[in-house]
Amino acid sequence: MKLFYVFIKKEFYHIIRDRRSLFILLGMPIIQILLFGFAITNEINNVNIAILDHSKDVTTQNIINKISASSYFSIKQFIERESDIEKVFKKGKIKAVLIFENDFSKKLLKNSHATVQIIADATDPNTANTISNYINAIIQSYTQELNKDVVVSYQIIPISHMVYNPELKSVFMFVPGVMTVILMLVSAMMTSISITREKELGTMEIILVSPLKPIQVIAGKVIPYVFISIINATIIILLSLFIFKMPVQGSLILLGFENVIFIVTALAFGILISTISATQQTAMMISLMGLMLPVIILSGFIFPIESMPLPLQIISNIIPAKWFIIIIKGIMLKGVGITYLWKETLVLIAMSLFFIGLSTKKYKIRLE
Amino acid sequence: MSISVSNISKSYKNVQALKDVSFHVNEGELFGLIGPDGAGKTSLFRILTTLLIADSGKANVAGYDVVDDFKEIRNCVGYMPGKFSLYQDLTVEENLNFFATIFGTSIKENYHLIKDIYVQIEPFKNRRAGKLSGGMKQKLALCCALIHKPKVLFLDEPTTGVDPVSRKEFWDMLKRLQQKGISILVSTPYMDEAALCDRIAFIQNGEILEIDSPQDIVKHFPKKLYNVGADNMYKLIESLKHYEHMHSVFPFGEFVHYTDKRNDFNSIELNEYLTSKGLNQISVEVAQPTIEDTFMALAK
Repeated sequence: MKLFYVFIKKEFYHIIRDRRSLFILLGMPIIQILLFGFAITNEINNVNIAILDHSKDVTTQNIINKISASSYFSIKQFIERESDIEKVFKKGKIKAVLIFENDFSKKLLKNSHATVQIIADATDPNTANTISNYINAIIQSYTQELNKDVVVSYQIIPISHMVYNPELKSVFMFVPGVMTVILMLVSAMMTSISITREKELGTMEIILVSPLKPIQVIAGKVIPYVFISIINATIIILLSLFIFKMPVQGSLILLGFENVIFIVTALAFGILISTISATQQTAMMISLMGLMLPVIILSGFIFPIESMPLPLQIISNIIPAKWFIIIIKGIMLKGVGITYLWKETLVLIAMSLFFIGLSTKKYKIRLE
Repeated sequence: MSISVSNISKSYKNVQALKDVSFHVNEGELFGLIGPDGAGKTSLFRILTTLLIADSGKANVAGYDVVDDFKEIRNCVGYMPGKFSLYQDLTVEENLNFFATIFGTSIKENYHLIKDIYVQIEPFKNRRAGKLSGGMKQKLALCCALIHKPKVLFLDEPTTGVDPVSRKEFWDMLKRLQQKGISILVSTPYMDEAALCDRIAFIQNGEILEIDSPQDIVKHFPKKLYNVGADNMYKLIESLKHYEHMHSVFPFGEFVHYTDKRNDFNSIELNEYLTSKGLNQISVEVAQPTIEDTFMALAK
């Protein structure tokens, strides 16, 4: 027990005395969560659009007023000719053009239908899609307003209700993802670097020629970093609560507990990396390159796993981050408890035990 | 016997580091491995400290097999690698405390063993190990290797890069440790340190050339050695190198150590030859070969 204490104390000295690394360890998560939280968004706000109004009557004016009243769009330009459409798109500021046909009101009253064309700049397909959906919605609600006195014999009205994130804030989706990525990267990188540093400095040679057992060395490396990672996780959760106004519907204690499990999984993975890399640089490259992409792409952080091809869906199951994201989204947004998340939790526990077991086995009791 | 090595061979990808090495170290003996860089000393240390596995051959340390009983060996040996391998960001005291604890002991318990050495670095006990001078670092490393009272001590080039005064102090300490019954295997590239060992082994290119006490090893010098002196050192060496019966020429202080090919060497003949080359104050005397001479002759 004393041995354990001394080993952990030593590891803390290493961490605290290396000011620069300590700053990176604790500063990186803050910077990343702020960057991701503010910069990555697929909401649209104040998108510049142009109008080509061939009729210029009351109805088109009403529609234009509706659109400009929403915070999603700002009307930057009125153009007069079809030939100008190409020009405004090429300038790049205008993302969509709305074209009202001739005699809009007249046609609407006479034929009971009139057309408005939406031309969107699809160089960014997601934005184009969203813009077109939003404009559609605005026009539809205006149509309903017009029809409110008319009795339509058959009408199906879909009423959609967005649960868990009614305002569709994308930060609610990114915070759990960023939290996962940061914890995974920082934890895996920290342990793998701290072990390979001992190899590089030659201290591993002395540690090997001592009665210390592999599991003792590994535990001595993991435990101090569990503390550091818990600090990191706490910082991230506090930032998401107070800056991004993320709700925590479920239990904070459960959230903390799941965080610890995930941290241990990531740390154990870091140890596994250190058993296959000889230098700090290799360890860092493997933890950065080898973890970053799978964690971001295959965890369901940005891209829904359900829409991936089957082989990738299967592979995504071995990514610890996937399970963790399900868990934290469940706790923070849905407010579910362990009764709903026990399966994911078990998967994470099994993974961390597997990594610890494998790295203990792969831990080299000799040089070379 | 503290260490016994029989027919150990080890090769890396293209290099054969050790070729059929055999020797033994007695209980309480101070045994020196003398050889240049790349001779295979470090490989041998790593095999004996269970860090590497030999390709062939057997070795025992403190009665344990280096492969099968590696756990027992790791409990009872002290190892000081050639490269400074302590935690540079920990202080002197923290380092010592750490190594004491991982061996299941405490500084207090074995303080008598390291006392002589530790008092010298104690004034700096709160200084970080990375900020110590070369000699201080080695003393600290020795303390850390000693703190668990090992039966056998392995010191891989402990004095390389250390000033002469600290080197002398270091060897005094080794002598004292030896009196406490600890067997010591030490490697060094310095010939003057070889003389301080009980027995030494010359090692080169992975092969043991000769094993004997420092006093007796010079008897393995294959030729008669002469001290040759003259007024112009440079010219003397050049002339001797071109002498037809020359066997070896090494500058040695103010003289040149010379050996002749023939058994019936005649100093008058050499004198005449050197005079003909324009040298003055020529002296030719029989000399006692040193350990260095012996090594150079055997390594040839």
